[in-house]
Amino acid sequence: MKRLLGLAALAIVLGCAPAQAQYTDGIIKIGVMNDMSGTYKDLSGQGSVVAARMAVEDFGAAAKGMKVEIVGADHQNKPDVGSNVVRTWIDTDKVDVIVDVPTSSVALAVNEIVRDKNKVFLVSGAAASDLTGEKCSPNTIHWTYDTWALANGTGQAIVKTGGDTWFFITANYAFGLALERDTAAVVVKNGGKVLGQVRHPFPATDFSSFLLQAQASKAKVIGLANAGADTINSIKQAAEFGIVKGGQNLAGLLVFLTDVKSLGLPVAQGLIFTEAWYWDQNDVNREFAKKFSAQNNGVYPSMVHAGVYSAVTHYLKAVEALKSDGDGKAVVAKMKEMPTDDILFGKGTVRADGRKIHPMYLFEVKKPAESKGPWDLYKLRATIPANEAFRPLSEGGCPLVKS
Amino acid sequence: MFEMLGISSQALFGQLLIGLINGSFYALLSLGLAVIFGMLNIINFTHGAQYMLGAFAAFFLLEYAGLGYWWALILAPLLVGITGVIIERLFLQWLYKLDHLYGLLLTFGLALIIEGTFRNYFGSSGLPYSMPAELVGGQNLGFMFLPNYRAWVVVFSLAVCLATWFVIERTKLGAYLRAATENPTLVRAFGINVPRMITLTYGFGVALAALAGVMAAPIYNVSPQMGSNLIIVVFAVVVIGGMGSIMGAIVTGFGLGLIEGLTKVFFPEASNTVIFIVMAIVLLIRPAGLFGRAT
Repeated sequence: MKRLLGLAALAIVLGCAPAQAQYTDGIIKIGVMNDMSGTYKDLSGQGSVVAARMAVEDFGAAAKGMKVEIVGADHQNKPDVGSNVVRTWIDTDKVDVIVDVPTSSVALAVNEIVRDKNKVFLVSGAAASDLTGEKCSPNTIHWTYDTWALANGTGQAIVKTGGDTWFFITANYAFGLALERDTAAVVVKNGGKVLGQVRHPFPATDFSSFLLQAQASKAKVIGLANAGADTINSIKQAAEFGIVKGGQNLAGLLVFLTDVKSLGLPVAQGLIFTEAWYWDQNDVNREFAKKFSAQNNGVYPSMVHAGVYSAVTHYLKAVEALKSDGDGKAVVAKMKEMPTDDILFGKGTVRADGRKIHPMYLFEVKKPAESKGPWDLYKLRATIPANEAFRPLSEGGCPLVKS
Repeated sequence: MFEMLGISSQALFGQLLIGLINGSFYALLSLGLAVIFGMLNIINFTHGAQYMLGAFAAFFLLEYAGLGYWWALILAPLLVGITGVIIERLFLQWLYKLDHLYGLLLTFGLALIIEGTFRNYFGSSGLPYSMPAELVGGQNLGFMFLPNYRAWVVVFSLAVCLATWFVIERTKLGAYLRAATENPTLVRAFGINVPRMITLTYGFGVALAALAGVMAAPIYNVSPQMGSNLIIVVFAVVVIGGMGSIMGAIVTGFGLGLIEGLTKVFFPEASNTVIFIVMAIVLLIRPAGLFGRAT
């Protein structure tokens, strides 16, 4: 029912160096598109615009004579809305790079448009591993995480500790289905069994029917292949139906900092999941989080925000090296050629299929007594090294790899 | 196939009960809508936002005043009801003589403003609200585990629904109300303050929405968009029941909860569309709704 009220645009022009001919229309224009009003607003939303702006500032674009502008828009989690925004951005507003785009169905649509128009697409918010699999594109880099990495991290850890029978509660769209597929594969590969699944409409409010079906399956682990408010509602109601007390365990396959915050530690404690980044891992992250939250209503950065920062930083480096932003394929090729290095994700690489490679982390939600502050929510269970964290290049089926 | 049916017949009772529980939320919300439409001729699109306000009021009462669930059950509807009275006095009272469309647009706009404001200040992830200690836990019914809280929700909302129906259809006050909608001038001639009655009726309808919000807070995510997810379904319920019909709203609320519950077992992907399919069929056969009177 929401309406696209123009673009919730926030444009910051940094520096006033004279326009340089090698950049299209003299400006590097970054379009941050995500959910600015719905269920994924807090984990992406305006915070991603803030993260992109911080990346541009820290890069020192102005001092280097690069004119960078950032615009933001709401795709309302609808592929048609998102496609329209991106077309307008590229055709009339001369946007050079699209960043973030949570909600896999939207990201997959944008993926095709950006490839047709030969621009750059840096995915931080979306999860479907198809973006670097069959749907991979020479114009797209999938930055922060994907369904395979989540499934691999969480699935493996749980199967190894005895959770070998699974039942999935899955959001019925591209992301949920991809997450279920990838997790089921990990479970089976590690000797576990999938007893069944139920697919719920996105978004849904009441999960009691689905939880009841999961309970009846007698599976040891109930995998939640959904995100945002759907995951929050599932976990809240699972507590009510005594699922965990009854001996079954919940596996949150995609859980964000803001979800845990919303659930509260008494309900969320003990939940295990995989993420790419957490603010309290080292001093640099803590400092970033402090600076970020000051500009984002006091809300701490999620891994999606950190990914936007990291991706924009690397993009600017590549554009600086090329001295051009016109040819999207050339920029992405340069980004793949250069090793990545930024304060939040450290050193890493971008693979031929467009997959950014870095370690992933298995976290557990703290008990209320262990938490020392309002955002002190996770403890680290395990680090998944970069070379094991993502799907092997040969298994994705990406046409770019074969050729 | 038979084996499958054998297993699900056990689960069937569970799903029917769950449907009944969801139905009680639909009934409570559509009841408020039906009361407002029946008495004021206003299609109250703010209802979802007012349901959300109820849940947030419960959160604020706990967080800032230390008043728990049971207090919230009384105070939140009262507070939100008062905001409803203010809205009626400021805006709605000028619209009764105009086309339905104006009321719809106004309340829709208000809903967007309220939800947008809350989203701006509280984000979209939602706030934690825990269950009252008295209702934690549940009963094992053999075919399913019934949380105490859900049982409470069914019983309490059924009681509220029936009490509302009784007041409007069977008491003198209700008779005044119904008469005032038919012919306000005549009722005023008997010395009854019709505008005040209408204002309070709107406040009451809004309070019902807030009550549903408080009841939802411990089990659903308390977030600014919680109402907009539900409001469309609730409107469908009201249309199926017959606009303005009190009993229609109650019966269809529970009935559609059951139908939705069954869909979640047999074809879960369609569970959020089934209500609209029912609506389309009902409108084809009985355009005034199941309990509505053709005008």
